[in-house]
Amino acid sequence: MQKNRLQSGGRIDRTQVLNFRFNGRAYQGCAGDTLASALLANGVYLIGRSFKLHRPRGIVGSGAEEPNAIVQIGSGAATLPNQCATQVLLYEGLDANSLRGWPSVQFDVGSITNWFSRFLAAGFYYKTFMAPRKLWSFYEKLIRDSAGWGHAPTKADPDFYEHRNAHCDVLIAGAGPAGLMAALAAANSGARVIIADEQSEFGGRLLSQTDEIDSMAATDWVAQAINTLAQHENVRMLPRSTVFGYFDHNFVTIAEHCTDHLGAHKHTTVRERLWRVRARQVILAQGAFERPLVFCNNDRPGVMLASAVSTYVNRYGVCPGREVVVFANNDSAYRCALDLDAAGASVKAVIDSRATGAGDLQQEVEALGITVMTGHVVTNTLGSQQIRAVQIAKFSIEGTVPATLPAQDLVTIQCDLLAMSGGWSPAVHLHSQSGGRITWSEELHCFVPDGTTQNCVSAGAGNGAWELHDCLRQGLEAGKAAIEYCGLEISDLAEPKTEGIETNSLQPLWRVPAVKAPDRCPKQFLDFQNDTSVADVRLAVREGYRNVEHVKRYTALGFGTDQGKLGNINGMAVLAEYLGEPIANVGTTTFRPAYTPTSFGTCAGETVGQLFDPVRKTAIHEWHEAAGAKFETVGQWLRPWYFPDGDEDLDAAVKRECLATRRSVGIMDASTLGKIDVQGPDAVKFLERIYTHDVGKMKVGRCAYGIMLGEDGMLKDDGVMARLGEQHFYLTTTTGGAASVMSWLELWLQTEWPDLDVYLTSVTDHYSTISVAGPTSRQLLQAIDCDTSLDAADFPFMSTQTATLCNLPVRLFRVSFSGELAFEINVASDHALTLWCALMDAGKNFDITPYGTESMHVLRAEKGFVIVGQDTDGSVTPTDLHMSWMLASDKDFLGKRSLRRPDALRADRKQWVGLIPADKTTVIAEGTQLIEDTAARAPVPMCGHISSSYDSPTLGHPIALALLKGGLERAGEKVYASLANGKAVPMTVTSPVFYDPQGERQRD
Amino acid sequence: MLLIECPWCGQRAETEFSYGGEAGITRPIDPSALDDAEWADYLYMRNNPCGSIKELWNHSQGCRRWFGVERDTVSYKIAGSFKLYAGEEK
Repeated sequence: MQKNRLQSGGRIDRTQVLNFRFNGRAYQGCAGDTLASALLANGVYLIGRSFKLHRPRGIVGSGAEEPNAIVQIGSGAATLPNQCATQVLLYEGLDANSLRGWPSVQFDVGSITNWFSRFLAAGFYYKTFMAPRKLWSFYEKLIRDSAGWGHAPTKADPDFYEHRNAHCDVLIAGAGPAGLMAALAAANSGARVIIADEQSEFGGRLLSQTDEIDSMAATDWVAQAINTLAQHENVRMLPRSTVFGYFDHNFVTIAEHCTDHLGAHKHTTVRERLWRVRARQVILAQGAFERPLVFCNNDRPGVMLASAVSTYVNRYGVCPGREVVVFANNDSAYRCALDLDAAGASVKAVIDSRATGAGDLQQEVEALGITVMTGHVVTNTLGSQQIRAVQIAKFSIEGTVPATLPAQDLVTIQCDLLAMSGGWSPAVHLHSQSGGRITWSEELHCFVPDGTTQNCVSAGAGNGAWELHDCLRQGLEAGKAAIEYCGLEISDLAEPKTEGIETNSLQPLWRVPAVKAPDRCPKQFLDFQNDTSVADVRLAVREGYRNVEHVKRYTALGFGTDQGKLGNINGMAVLAEYLGEPIANVGTTTFRPAYTPTSFGTCAGETVGQLFDPVRKTAIHEWHEAAGAKFETVGQWLRPWYFPDGDEDLDAAVKRECLATRRSVGIMDASTLGKIDVQGPDAVKFLERIYTHDVGKMKVGRCAYGIMLGEDGMLKDDGVMARLGEQHFYLTTTTGGAASVMSWLELWLQTEWPDLDVYLTSVTDHYSTISVAGPTSRQLLQAIDCDTSLDAADFPFMSTQTATLCNLPVRLFRVSFSGELAFEINVASDHALTLWCALMDAGKNFDITPYGTESMHVLRAEKGFVIVGQDTDGSVTPTDLHMSWMLASDKDFLGKRSLRRPDALRADRKQWVGLIPADKTTVIAEGTQLIEDTAARAPVPMCGHISSSYDSPTLGHPIALALLKGGLERAGEKVYASLANGKAVPMTVTSPVFYDPQGERQRD
Repeated sequence: MLLIECPWCGQRAETEFSYGGEAGITRPIDPSALDDAEWADYLYMRNNPCGSIKELWNHSQGCRRWFGVERDTVSYKIAGSFKLYAGEEK
């Protein structure tokens, strides 16, 4: 039984009945309804409880501006919190619930806060719960539970989202009269046009009003326009699509809501699509928001915007009240009285605060026998969970607003609906986001766009054009101008004919005085969603707040899901009044994207789950998987972390892998190393400037450990580099630094030294690298048909040569990151798996053991080899790392000059040391701070930190590497590792090289 | 999101590029001849104008060339892109 549904009219389909639930009760609506229109059709006025005071609230608006009717849709993983009932399209089976109200929205225990509301002024929480500080977490939970918004789903979103890039000549935001007219003007030229509107149907206000255009009903004109546009392939029409962001260089984002209106679907198609549009011209035609009026108890369910009431009557065939009072300070609300009368409601009175009344429309209204009371205001409403009556008083603005109204003049009129209109505010959000200025119009009493910084133009009500013919004309002109800008042929489309009417101008009415002062009278709400009242703004001014941004943060004016679309302007005007300044001086708060709430799913698009970030796998990856390796991510790479044998844990596996490598032979996939091929006549000259060591003196076939510094003298990256020919080098970088080093080398080559004839090529993916380390590694290679001598005399440590292994061409490097005799084998990635398998096969006779990154770290830490990014952090010089010997004195290189800066020479720089716990059992967590004095009072001075820490299988006790103040000179001293539990573990400072300090094993 | 013109590839979205700071900072020919203050000036001091600035950009997701862009730091308007040297392309 839809008791408020009209017998005919509207754009809903009465034959298609849709069942839905609200707060557990079953209702019926029609296809074409929003949740809000369906609830009003069923006579449901109480939709929720307010945020702070738990006051009963109902539907105020009919679109994105709605502050009160915010609901939770559905349940489970796909539940949608904080949805605007005025924007949720009704579907069969829809299940919606109020956000607040316990045990029910009708009887809400929390509403006792309203009794104390006089004490709950702005800043109440800040002032009250300051002390004792420790109890804040307790208060916070209570307050959050009591206030709170919708519930975020706790499971992963089952829906699909996508991003789509587009370019167009003309993007039109809003498909009301101005937007449609602009699209029609642009369509014929062949321009690529995108027209988007957040509503399910194009037409904007024309769907809500009873205007005529070109002697036909406005809705027929809309249908004709859509039909025309649909015949143009160059026009893309996007209904249910909100233009929510306007960024630099005409980059505009649109959220298209593809499937929500279809109901509980199976999550098989895209739910929301993010359009990322680069437009040559943007036409902003988003229209305007009607303003509420500010009087006592103006938040009671049944108090609605006049335009919203017209929308429900004309578009949805719902008459939200039987006995109605209309309250306005402008002409537009008179249309609402006409619409209500036509719908059969009894309009008890039109209360107009202006002494002059309205123009032509007033005569129309009075001709229907409706009382018009000019020079009157509504000062209060009566009722509990729905409006029952209004109190009206005589009123005139002579100079300033009177402090109070005389109580004896009040007249009470019974009603169940109050339609109010305080005038209109252009939706300047996108214009403002684009960088355009807005200015206060003394003529229109609103902020209007004034000057653009990007290629955009505002048209229609969003530009302060209230009358239909102005909207159509501005849209037409904007469309033609955009086409002209694009250099296309302008169509000769003429402005459609409309009937003009005489109107009287609006008289500003920012707040209606009550019989008592604002802090003594019932609440006069400015911002419904945040329960911000006139008294709150007055208090803020009294407490010294002057700036609108500060007042916003103190009173919460303009926060929330609606971002003050209704309330802000009244709040700013009241602020201006109490500050004694013109509104133009007070200004607005900043308009930022998103225009309306946009889901995380839309922002993320496809980049979730496995598509979140690309995964790089080595050519040998499938073998690792088959061997049961545990993986870790290093940058985008997936690398084997360790290879557990049966049920082994990390520690056991690492111990086994390390000991086997030191005893016989270990094998590791080192393919992720960054590899750069450098060739050209000036290769030596170039690399001399990049590396700190003497590159020119390297003989062909020799390798060197090389470090690169930033110009600030700090270690940037390291790796082995080899001279393959007179003009040909091969560099390796850290796994994580590969791309940045490549880009950095190119920067120097392209910007500073373009005269050098050098070419850089990344070969990271072309070659796979297999590292074979351990005392029997030489025998292993010989066992798979190595065609060259691997003896130390023929192939010494730190050299490279080409060779053939199992008939595969390879390049061998005699380098070691484990301290053992070792060979790194570069092989074309296509052959990597074959070679790896051959090595594993032959290795059975040598106790071969594959090892992962964790063992690699332990083996190198035992040898005191640094890992850039773990042991360094961009503030460590080569001297700090005992690498002074690598700094060539007879040449310049990047960063060299910085090593003489006073800071680089400080004696108390953090420097690289080894640490062994005195008890030889405690493994200290990496990142632990070092202190000198365990008795020192907090804050305890820190003298360094641990960068690497492991339980060394080879040595049989824990070891750590650390950066310690003045560390180079402190071997043998004692420091303490300060643990999170307050304990301090004594540590002995040692050399960072724990194992084979002479390096005999790797040179073998 | 800025629309940046790569001198080699044409107009592309900002996401294809990476930023390289102020353009026109020339590395001293002989850094060892500089005192600490002069070296620090080269190393750290950059202009931060309210208005037009020339800066380095790299078409890192494209041709990987570095080039210059003249951009307004207030309006973000780009006056144009330019190659960094007049010599012949390699």
